[in-house]
Amino acid sequence: MKEQLIKIIAEELSVEEKDITLESDLQEDLGADSLDAIQLIMSIENEFDVTVPESEIDHLKKVSDILKYLEENK
Amino acid sequence: MGLSKGNFKIISSGHYTPEGVLTNKDLEKIVETSDEWITTRTGIKERRISDGKTTSDLATLAAKNAIEKANYDKEDIDLIIVATFTAEIRSPSVACRVQAKLGLDKPGLLAFDINAACTGFIYALNIAERMLQTGAYKAALVIGSEVISRVTDYKDRNTCVLFGDGAGAVIIEKDESKEVVFSVQTKSDEDLILYVDDYVSMNGPKVYQFASRIIQSSVNAVLEHGNIDKDSIRKIIPHQANIRIIQSASKALKMPMDSFYVNIHKYGNTSAASIPIALDEMLETEKINSGDKIILVGFGAGLTSGACSLTF
Repeated sequence: MKEQLIKIIAEELSVEEKDITLESDLQEDLGADSLDAIQLIMSIENEFDVTVPESEIDHLKKVSDILKYLEENK
Repeated sequence: MGLSKGNFKIISSGHYTPEGVLTNKDLEKIVETSDEWITTRTGIKERRISDGKTTSDLATLAAKNAIEKANYDKEDIDLIIVATFTAEIRSPSVACRVQAKLGLDKPGLLAFDINAACTGFIYALNIAERMLQTGAYKAALVIGSEVISRVTDYKDRNTCVLFGDGAGAVIIEKDESKEVVFSVQTKSDEDLILYVDDYVSMNGPKVYQFASRIIQSSVNAVLEHGNIDKDSIRKIIPHQANIRIIQSASKALKMPMDSFYVNIHKYGNTSAASIPIALDEMLETEKINSGDKIILVGFGAGLTSGACSLTF
């Protein structure tokens, strides 16, 4: 799941997979703006067939936040 | 979700955009922003700003354009619905002003406005379609018209770069061979993520999130309810709010960007006018054959949203 997630993040945000760690913050470290971050979550929803409630999206700031969410809700 | 099927034929369409152009470079002189920032964030290069013409002036010019293009006998019009949130006066409605400016006085003619923000034109089409079905009305003039520059705070760089003025109109008549399918809804917005009091105010990321998701679900609802094959859609005309919302919808729907009609670079977001302006421009530039289907999809303050498929 982690590899798949990193692959999507790399694709969506046009960054190298090797530059992404669990501690990477989407906006501060990976150069996403607020709209990129939302777009990324939508792609993750499609890829993993989950629906992230709007209230949760604000809390998904780091790669580890997303992974934790997916592990708990997938 | 409000799903319905009906029918009408688009007899003609028209639009009017004011001559005054406000470019990104012009805005650089007014607020702290840049052409590059606006273009990459929104896809907008310039917008049109009314030079004193009112919302009903713009609406009337768009209506005249539609009437002239089809050489339509305006005396046949017995229903006028204007979608707007920027009426120049509180009462009478913009639709009543349009009636007067077009010189229409057919007995039984009905004119009124609706306010569903950027989804207004789709709501208005849905209402007109239902009213034509009763048989009490022959021809509906449905208009989206806005002078948003009146309610834009040109000190707020987050909103003033987004909006422009304009109007678009269609004339429709009942036609059982031309099926239309609607999906409309209003989602409650307790936090008012998008509203207009003296000026437009919005929480950009929240609106983006809502919009990107709702385009996909509205279009899919229309396709499903109408049993329409996605590949048979000639064009999708989305509300022109932000190019990135359209790109996001393109990706989510797995439909290429060239299946979406885009003119946001020229006009910005003209709210209820954006879909009918785009529709008219598309009909002027693309060859649409009888039987072709297109989809209109909008979203806006409310939170309103809706889509409809039209048959040509």
